[in-house]
Amino acid sequence: MARPSITKKGGPDAASGDARREAIRRRELRLKEQARQARRVRSLITPEGAALNLKIATASERAGAFLLDFALQIMAIIASVWIIALAFSSMGFEGWVIAGSVSAVVVFLLRNFYFIFFEIGRKAATPGKRALGLRVAARNGGRLTANAVLARNFMRELEVFLPLSLLLMTAEDEVSGWIRLLGIAWTGVFVLFPLFNRDKLRVGDLIAGTIVIHAPRTKLKQDITSPTPFSRGSTYQFTEAELDTYGIHELHVLEDVLRQSTKEIKARVAERIRGKIGREKGEGEDDVAFLEAYYAALRARLEQKMLFGERKVDKFDTGN
Amino acid sequence: MNDRVMKSYRFREERQDDWARLDQIVTRAEKRGVRALSDEEMTTLPALYRQAVSSLSMARSISLDQNVLAYLETLCARAYFFVYGTRVSIGRRIAQYFRRDWPASVSAALWPTVLAALCLFGGAALAFFLCMQDMEWYWTFHQGWDSRNPDASVEHLRETLYTEDTDIADMLAAFAAQLFSHNSGIAIFAFALGFCFGMPTAILLIYNGVYLGSFYAVFWDKGLGFELTGWLLIHGVTELFAIVLAGAAGFMIGGAVAFPGTKSRMQSMRDAGNEAALVIIGAVLMLFIAALLEGFGRQLINSDVTRYVIAVSTLAFWLAYFYWPRQRPEETR
Repeated sequence: MARPSITKKGGPDAASGDARREAIRRRELRLKEQARQARRVRSLITPEGAALNLKIATASERAGAFLLDFALQIMAIIASVWIIALAFSSMGFEGWVIAGSVSAVVVFLLRNFYFIFFEIGRKAATPGKRALGLRVAARNGGRLTANAVLARNFMRELEVFLPLSLLLMTAEDEVSGWIRLLGIAWTGVFVLFPLFNRDKLRVGDLIAGTIVIHAPRTKLKQDITSPTPFSRGSTYQFTEAELDTYGIHELHVLEDVLRQSTKEIKARVAERIRGKIGREKGEGEDDVAFLEAYYAALRARLEQKMLFGERKVDKFDTGN
Repeated sequence: MNDRVMKSYRFREERQDDWARLDQIVTRAEKRGVRALSDEEMTTLPALYRQAVSSLSMARSISLDQNVLAYLETLCARAYFFVYGTRVSIGRRIAQYFRRDWPASVSAALWPTVLAALCLFGGAALAFFLCMQDMEWYWTFHQGWDSRNPDASVEHLRETLYTEDTDIADMLAAFAAQLFSHNSGIAIFAFALGFCFGMPTAILLIYNGVYLGSFYAVFWDKGLGFELTGWLLIHGVTELFAIVLAGAAGFMIGGAVAFPGTKSRMQSMRDAGNEAALVIIGAVLMLFIAALLEGFGRQLINSDVTRYVIAVSTLAFWLAYFYWPRQRPEETR
């Protein structure tokens, strides 16, 4: 995306100058954020030759998914131990010993196979990952093999359970205290590993050749533009100058406003746009109808420009 | 302004039914698997998928509707993962693992296995001979909490090898304890630490060998070598084999990182990691079997000869299973 030049047309009065500086500052922040988001995207070329843009899951999303899974595991353990205890409690002391052993087996299975079971499954995601819209994929875009899932999950032992057991270990004397500290520092490398690489890979991902992507389900909503375009908006005729006031970014903001904001916000946005393009609010004019008409006209104009290879990024973009 | 229908609108209008259809098929497949799809759905799926992918690249260049773009991105990604995803059912995958993948991966890892065995048994031999020369070495390797130490009487040591009266609860307890024993931890760490050039794996194996060897020396010194061997090997063949294989998996990864050959280091590690995963899941299974043998077999069978018979036959079984030359059937994935 070429950085559009900014034309200075600030008024002589200080107030409008301040507002303009503020707008430019905000725009720079927005572009920075956009660039940051763009760094998360990896494009995957499918065998059909089309590029799919896959978004890498952030470290915080992954930590959240893990905590969810961990909590689920602990709840499953508590529930199953409780049921086992109930089942064997009638047998007296003997029963308790058996219950203890059976629950140990359950804990063993849950601990080692919870992640593997869900990630080998069709959704390639544990319940925690699914809740946050994440899934595991092969890094080379090929199919995710069961081997890869096994490899990435056995490494979890090193990344989670070793640091945990070190934290819980009690230090009896000074030497073992130091050993413990060293151990924590060393395993800390594995725990924090995902923070220090571009693809947010943990050591298990590195070994297995996998990657965790953010691919939440999206619903296809109604198109805002009406089936017979401009019929309702036929009362609105916008001149080219009026439409050239805004760019793609503003169009997208307007789309969000129309799709999800309240009536008051829509009214305020309509007011802002009218002010910007220099239109008076007509008698009994409906704000939503105005916004929809403007959205349709703006989108038509920008899409047409796009066909000619001209992307007007935002209102500051004058194309020179 | 013009009064023509907007291009992006018409584009969407023409295709959205197909997108919805693809969405529906993929959702069903994600929920209930390929089997839930009818023949007709299966035949239309590839066409719908290709159409959605081309819609996506088209939409990127003509549409400014964010929702349509986001929808198509996720729809195509989901369909892609489904179309190019795993086709084999879990049951067949497991069957194939036991029939072919497990023995193949273990026999392919022969040299790492030999190296791991050398580390483990070399450590054991070293500690054994050190302890035989001077029993004080035992205390270098062990803490005092184990009652089976050089100061214990022959009778006490003999008692620990046999169980007089056992019930199912004791056996289950022994089995469960074995699952969480030190050894299953060692096996997984031997794998997980492999990528540091295999060094931690070697240290871990040698250290455990030393532990075993010095323990052995205590019994040997008291003339209980024969009895201990039976007590140890009834499950130990399986358990030690599992630890050696886990170490071998660690060395595979370590070796791939240290000597990537013509591949990139990352690629080499990835390939080795996928191979080693097959070995390590097998080792975990073997540890489970070892726990069964220890929990039940050792408590029930108190005859030395029977213990030896079981030890030798398990060894023969594992060796034949892993290393017996066999034909490679056709590749199915």
